[in-house]
Parts: sequence; structure tokens; C-alpha cells
Amino acid sequence: MSIVAMLLLAVSLTNAQEKEKMNQDHGNMKMDHSKMITMKSDAKAEAILSNYLNLKDALVGDDTKKAAQEGSKLVASLKAFDASSYSKENQKELADIIEDATEHAEHIYESAIDHQREHFKILSKDITDLVAITGTKSTLYEQFCPMYDNGAAWLSTKKEVRNPYYGSRMLKCGKIQKTIQ
Amino acid sequence: MKILKIIAIILLVAFVGIQFIPTTRNQSDTVPKTDFMLVNTVPKTIQKKLQVSCYDCHSNNTQYPWYNKIQPAAWFLEDHIKEGKDELNFNEWDSLSSRRKASKLRSIIKQIEGKEMPLDSYTLIHTDAKFSKAEKEDMITFITQLKDSL
Repeated sequence: MSIVAMLLLAVSLTNAQEKEKMNQDHGNMKMDHSKMITMKSDAKAEAILSNYLNLKDALVGDDTKKAAQEGSKLVASLKAFDASSYSKENQKELADIIEDATEHAEHIYESAIDHQREHFKILSKDITDLVAITGTKSTLYEQFCPMYDNGAAWLSTKKEVRNPYYGSRMLKCGKIQKTIQ
Repeated sequence: MKILKIIAIILLVAFVGIQFIPTTRNQSDTVPKTDFMLVNTVPKTIQKKLQVSCYDCHSNNTQYPWYNKIQPAAWFLEDHIKEGKDELNFNEWDSLSSRRKASKLRSIIKQIEGKEMPLDSYTLIHTDAKFSKAEKEDMITFITQLKDSL
């Protein structure tokens, strides 16, 4: 009798172990899955970043028309962003950033260059905060001009300072204050 | 002469006709808990200025002028109010996140500084909505403080 009982116990134990292992495997699979999703949605964040950088270049070149065009492209890529793969907390933060950035991008689309630059200042903060959550493949330099509106920052992929707030009037005003990798 | 008379009659009929087209009025008896004045400590003078100069188009309650009853002026107003509220509604202030608040406060400062708000078409009749130099400075100081305290 006792032998049978022991056998039964042994069998059920191994069963339980196996089950646990399976659960773990399942868990791993789930993790891989979410990683994949994150990587996919990063592409959307990269699109936002790239539109933002084009907008920055247009402002560096004092080109209102181009800046307006890039602004409208940015509106589109911001609207296409999907935060569903991020944690609840980040989702809230991201939605907030996107809403704010969209408003500024819309204004850039509609405004003259002075206004475009005003909005670009806040937009730059939004995009910096966005990238802090989503991450990016490229190395970014956060540059800072102390003269514009009590100080204003922006992001660039190049080390050389090209000022989007002043353009040709003060092209090289500013310094790198942070490297984002 | 006869043609002129006909045109005048047509215009008159059209003018009377459009008076019957209803407009939505932006009016509300209640001030929601999220209102800018309720969630912030706003000095009396600033409160009054905001009310007179901004709230007509940036809240759920407009103090309508007499000419609102006459078309096409009413359409013009309706459009402005809608646009104004889309951009900023002081009644719903507290429903905004800190980021959005900071953004809006910054825009308020820029708009007042650059004399873009209140609109010229608005101050033309609402002369009391205009900002004197001192009022402008007080308002900007207050809004800046609020922004920095966020």
C-alpha cells in the first residue's frame, strides 16, 4: 500500500514540476512577445524623432515654409504613435506628451517663423521626454542656447551646434548639455 | 433705378431671413470645480481682468453683447468662441496635466506679450478688455509665477 502511495506522490510531484516549468516557459514566451511589440512601436517613435529633426533643420535654415511642412508631417507621425505596448504609467505620460506635442506641431504648421520657434521650444521638451521613455537607435545631443527666451534646448544628431532659434542670425550660439544614447 | 430697388429688397429679405437661423449660445449657470479661478489662488484684480478680457471666448459662459442677436454678427462670434474654447477653456483648467498647463500658461504669456490676445476685433467694442501697460505687466507676472510653481 505504502509503495503505491509513494509512487502516486512521486508522479504527482513530477507532474507539478512539469506544470511549473511549462508555466515558466509560457512566461518567457510572453516576455519575448512584449519585447517584439516594443521594438515595433519604437519605429513609430523613430519616425516622430526624424520629423522633429527635419523641422529643426528647417528652422536652422530660416525656412518657414519647410518648417510648416515638417510641422504637418510631425502632426501625422505623432497621431500614428501607438503607446499600447508600454506600461500603464508610461502610457499615461506618453499620451500627455503626444497631446501637447501635437498642439505645438499644429501651431508650427500655421504660424510665421517667430511663432514656430516659440512652439519649437516646448515641442523640444516634449520630444526629449518622449525619447526618454521610448529610447532611440541614434545618439542625440541635447544642445542649449542660453539667450533665447531665458534659455532653450533642442535635440540634434550632430555635435556641431546649429541654432534653430536664431538661424543665420546666431547660427553657432549654444552648447551641448547632454548626450542621449 | 428699378434694379437698385429690387436688389435692395432682395438684400432686406435675406437679412431678415438669416435672423431666423438659430445659433448655439455659449452659456452656463454653473462654474465647474476645475475652473482656473477655483483651483488657483488668483488675486481679485487679476480675476476681474481674466473675466472681462478672456472668459467670453475661453470659458463656457459668454457675456453676450447686444449685437449678438443680429446675424451675421452672431455667426462670427460663435465661430470665435468655438475656436477660443478649443484652444483654451479656463473652466476646464484642472483637467489638464501639469505639462499641458505649463504649455498653456506659456502661450498665454506669449499671446498677451505679443498683443495678439485679446483680439483687436474684440477690444474694438469691449474697450474695457484692453490691457493697459500696468495690467499687462501684472498679468504676465502672475501667470509666470503660476507657471514656475507647477
